[in-house]
Amino acid sequence: MSETTLVEAVRLALARAMAEDETVLILGEDVGIDGGVFRATDGLMSRFGADRVMDTPLSESLFAGLAVGLGAQGFRPVVEYQFMGFIYPAVDQIVNHAGRLRNRTRGRLSCPMVIRAPYGGGIHAPEHHSESMEALFAHIPGIRVVIPSSPARAYGLLLAAIRDPDPVVFLEPKRIYRAPKEEVADDGVAAPLDLCFVVREGRDVTLVTWGAMIVETLAAADTLAAEGVEAEVIDVAALKPLDMATILSSVERTGRCVIVHEAPLSGGVGAEIAAGLADRGLVNLLAPVQRVAGYDTVMPLPRLETYYMPTEERILRTVRRVLAYA
Amino acid sequence: MTQVASFTIEHTQFLDPQGRRTQTPPAFAQDPQALIGLYKAMVLTRTFDAKAVALQRTGRLGTYASSLGQEAVPVGAAAAMRAEDVFLPSFREQGAQILRGVQMVEILLYWGGDERGSDFAGPREDFPICVPVGTHAPHAVGVARAFQLRGEARVAVCIFGDGATSRGDVYEAMNFAGVHRLPVVFVVNNNQWAISVPRTRQTAAETLAQKAVAAGIPGVQVDGNDVIAVRHVVAAAIERARADKGPTLVEALTYRLSDHTTADDAGRYRDDAEVSAHWKEEPIARLRQHLSDTGHWTKAEEEALITDCAARIEAAASEYLATPPLPPTAMFDHLYAVLPAALAEQRAELEEATEP
Repeated sequence: MSETTLVEAVRLALARAMAEDETVLILGEDVGIDGGVFRATDGLMSRFGADRVMDTPLSESLFAGLAVGLGAQGFRPVVEYQFMGFIYPAVDQIVNHAGRLRNRTRGRLSCPMVIRAPYGGGIHAPEHHSESMEALFAHIPGIRVVIPSSPARAYGLLLAAIRDPDPVVFLEPKRIYRAPKEEVADDGVAAPLDLCFVVREGRDVTLVTWGAMIVETLAAADTLAAEGVEAEVIDVAALKPLDMATILSSVERTGRCVIVHEAPLSGGVGAEIAAGLADRGLVNLLAPVQRVAGYDTVMPLPRLETYYMPTEERILRTVRRVLAYA
Repeated sequence: MTQVASFTIEHTQFLDPQGRRTQTPPAFAQDPQALIGLYKAMVLTRTFDAKAVALQRTGRLGTYASSLGQEAVPVGAAAAMRAEDVFLPSFREQGAQILRGVQMVEILLYWGGDERGSDFAGPREDFPICVPVGTHAPHAVGVARAFQLRGEARVAVCIFGDGATSRGDVYEAMNFAGVHRLPVVFVVNNNQWAISVPRTRQTAAETLAQKAVAAGIPGVQVDGNDVIAVRHVVAAAIERARADKGPTLVEALTYRLSDHTTADDAGRYRDDAEVSAHWKEEPIARLRQHLSDTGHWTKAEEEALITDCAARIEAAASEYLATPPLPPTAMFDHLYAVLPAALAEQRAELEEATEP
C-alpha cells in the first residue's frame, strides 16, 4: 500500500462515494476539467461525467442553496468552496435553510449535503485565503462541523459526511494537504462522525487540538516525552456535535488540559471545550485549562503569518506552566 | 457602432379592470367552469386572509402576511401547475398553497407558531414558506436540476416579491438556470411595495421582467390582477420548461392593498388615495364582473360561495385553535435524523424541567 496525502485521501473518498451511490454529486468552481484548485476532484469529471461533477458559475450563495434543493429531492451534493474566505455568502443558506429544513418540516424534507472548504494559514497564500473561522459554523444548529487532521481520517470522515443524512461542513486543513502522508486503505470504511480521536496516549497532560495544529501538537508531545512527560493528544475532528465525553475522560486521568487551535482565541471552539471542562470536569483538574490559539487579530498577510500561528514553542511554554501546578 | 443585442418585454392582459375582454381569451378560459374555479379559489384566499388577520388582531395568531389584492398571482400560478410539479413559495402565496392541497389548518398552524404547519399532508415535495427574501430561488434551481438529472418532465415554480429581485440570490438562480436550461419558472409578485420601499426605489430598471435578460432567459410581464392572464402566461412558461426549453421569469403587476404584514402600518409611508385607486383594479371584482356580464355568475351563487368559504375557514380555524402545542422536547426531534449524544443531554434537561 502506498502512502497517500490528505488531499488525495479526499479524492479517494469522493470517488468511492460517487461509485457506490449515484445520487452523490459534486458542484463548485473549477471542480470539473480543472479538478479543483487543489486537485481534490482531479479526474472525477472524466470518470463520472459532467452531470455529476459540475462546474458552477461564481455564485457562492447559489451553490449552497442549489444543494438544499438537490438534497430535498434525494441527491447528496458535495459542494466545494475554493477557500474558506469565499464561503461566507453560503452562511445565509446554511443558517437559514440547510440547518433548519428537517426541523421546520418535521422531517418531511431534509438536505443531506457536504460543504467542503480548505481553510487555515501557513502556506503564504494571498489575503482572504488563510483564515480559520470554524467557530462560526460550530454555532449553527442542525449541521455537523468536521475537520480531518490526517489522510486516513480525511478519507473515513468524508465518507461518513457524505453518507450522513444531515448537512455537514467539512473543513480541510490545507497546510497539511500534501504532507505528512500516511497509508490509507480505500476500503469504503467510514469513521465515526461524533467521536474524538485519541491519537497519542499519555498520563500527564491532555492536549486537545484539530486540523493542521495536530503537527505542532504532536511535535510538542514528542519533545515532552523526551523530558519524561507523557502527553495525551486528542484530535477533536468533529467540532459539532462536540464529543466532550472523550475529552472529559482523558482529563479525568491527566488532570491537566491545554487546547490548541489556529482560530482566534475569543469565542473559539476551545472556549466551548474549556467551558465543558469547567462544567463537568472541574473536580479532576489539577491546573487551569489553558488555550494556545491564534490572536484576536485579522489574519496577517504572509510576512507576519508565522507570528500569528501557534508554534510548538508556545504549546510547550503553556504546557510547562500547566505542569508547574503541584 | 453596431448593435449587438436588444430586447423587448411583452405584457399580457385578457381582462381590463372593468372585466371586459381586451383580446380573445386563451383556450382554457373558453370554459366558464374553469373561470369559476379560479374565481372561487381567489375568494377563498381573500376570505382566508381576512380570517387570519382577525385571528392575529385578537391575539390568536402570530404575525401574518395577507395577500389582499394579489390573489390572482398565486392562484393563477398554481392553477397552471401539475400536481407533480414542485412549488416554492415566499410568504404571501397561501392562495397557491391551498390550491395545491396544503390544508388551511396547516397554514394557520405555521403562522400560529407550530412547525407542523410545514409538514404538509398534501404536496409532500413542495417547499415550506420562505421568510428570508429570495433565498428560495436557489432551492428552486436545485429542485429543477434534480428533475433534469432524473429526466423527469416536472417543473419547479418559485414565487417571490419585487423586493427579492434586488437580491443576488435571485440573479444567481436565474443565471444558473439559464446556463443549464433548467425546468424552473420564476414568478415575481410585483405588488409595488417592499414594506415601505416603493418599486421606484427598488431598481432603476423599467420592468422587473427585464432582469431575466441579463441572465439570458426570457422575461415577460403580465397583468397580475387578471387571473386569466396569469394562468395563461405562467402555464406557457411551465410547458416551455417541461419541454426542455428552459426557464422563464414572469413579472405579475399587481398591488398590495394590505399592510406588508399584521406587524406593519402602511399609513406611515403611503397615501390612502393611492390605495383607493388600486382598489378599482383588484382581481376578484374584475373576474366577478366578467362572469356576471357573460351570464355565468349570479347573486345567489355569490352568496352560496361566501357561505361555503366562511364555513370551511371557520372549520379550519376551529381545528387550529383546538390543536394542542407539541411537547417542548419536540424542538429536538427533527433537528438531526438521529439526535447526537451531546444534544440528548440537553433534551433530557428540558424534559425534566418541563415535566407536568
